[in-house]
Amino acid sequence: MIKGSFYILIFYFLGELFSKIIHNFIPGSVLGMILLFLALFFKLLRPDNVREVATAITKNMAVFFVPAAVGLMVYAGVLAKNLIAIVIAIGGSTVLIMVTVSLIQERFEKHKTKQNGDK
Amino acid sequence: MGINNFLGAIRLLISSEVFLLSLVMGSFLLGIYMYRKTGITLLQPLLISMLIIISFLKLTGIDYATFYNNTRILNFMLGPSVVALGYVLYEQIEFVKGNVVSILTAIFSGSIVGIISVVFIARWLGADKILIASLAPKSVTTPIAISLAQKSGGIPALTATFVVICGIFGGIIGPLVLRKLGIKSKIASGLAMGTASHALGTARAMEMGAIEGAVSGLAIGIMGIMTALLIPFAERFLY
Repeated sequence: MIKGSFYILIFYFLGELFSKIIHNFIPGSVLGMILLFLALFFKLLRPDNVREVATAITKNMAVFFVPAAVGLMVYAGVLAKNLIAIVIAIGGSTVLIMVTVSLIQERFEKHKTKQNGDK
Repeated sequence: MGINNFLGAIRLLISSEVFLLSLVMGSFLLGIYMYRKTGITLLQPLLISMLIIISFLKLTGIDYATFYNNTRILNFMLGPSVVALGYVLYEQIEFVKGNVVSILTAIFSGSIVGIISVVFIARWLGADKILIASLAPKSVTTPIAISLAQKSGGIPALTATFVVICGIFGGIIGPLVLRKLGIKSKIASGLAMGTASHALGTARAMEMGAIEGAVSGLAIGIMGIMTALLIPFAERFLY
C-alpha cells in the first residue's frame, strides 16, 4: 500500500518535472502515466509493486471527478445557452470517431489475413 | 446558547471538510445504487452525485469555492489516478501484440477526427473559444480531459460534463453504429468504443465480450496520450 503509493506519487512527480521542462506542453499526470508504463514495460519496475494501489484508484476513479463536476453550478448558464451546439458537436464527433477507428482497424485486419492467405 | 449561535454552528459544520467529503461519498454511493438498481445508462453515479451536491449547495447557500476547497483531496487524486492508468495500460499490452501499427494508426486517426470535428461543428454552431477549448478533449477519460481543458483555456467543470455526455451517448449509440457499418472484428469494435467514449464506452464494450472490453480499456489510455499530444496543436491552429 505504502510502496505502491510511493511509486505512483514519484512517477507523478517525475511527470510534473518533465512537464515543466517542456513548458507544460503535456500535463504532468499524462507524462507520469507514460513513464510508469515504460518502467513496467522495460522491467525497471515490478508490476506487483504498484498493482494493489493502481487497481484500487483506477477502479474508483469516477468519485475523484465530483469536485470538478460540481463546478457546473457556476457555468449552468453557459451550458443552457449553448446546449444545442454542444449536443450536436459531441454526438457528431463521437459517431465520426467510431466510424474512423473501426473501419481503419478492420481494413488492417483484412489486409493481413489476405497477405497470409497469399503465402 | 442562542438560536443564532446554534444555526451558526450548524452552518460551519455543514461546510466543513468532514461533512462535505461524507456528502460526496454518500451521494456517489446512492448514485451507484440507483444505477445498478435501474440499469439506466443516463443515471451515471457521477451525474447523480453532482446533481445532489449542487442542490444541497444551492439550498444551504454554501458557495462553490468553499465546497471545492474542502474537497480538494479528491481533486488531487485525479493526478495519481491518471498515472495509475499506466499500469492498466501495461496489463492490456498482450492484446496489442501483432496489431501495434493498426491500433496506433486507428486511434491516432480517431483522435484527429474527433478533435477537428468537434471543434468545427461547435464553431459552426456559434460556440466561443472557451467553450471550444472545453469541448475538444471530450472523448478522453475525465482526469486527462480536465487537465487538458485547464491547460488550453477551457473550463474543467464544463469538460467534465461533456466527457460524461460523450460517454453516455457513445455507450448507447456505439453498438448501433458498429452494426450499421458491418464491423465484425472484435478488436475494431472494442477500439471504436474506447476511443470515442472512454470508460463508459468500455463498460458497454465489456458487455459485447471480454476481448472487446480489454481492447477498449487499452484504447482509453492511448487515446488520452494521443489527444494530449494533439490538443496543443489544435489550440494553436483551430480554436
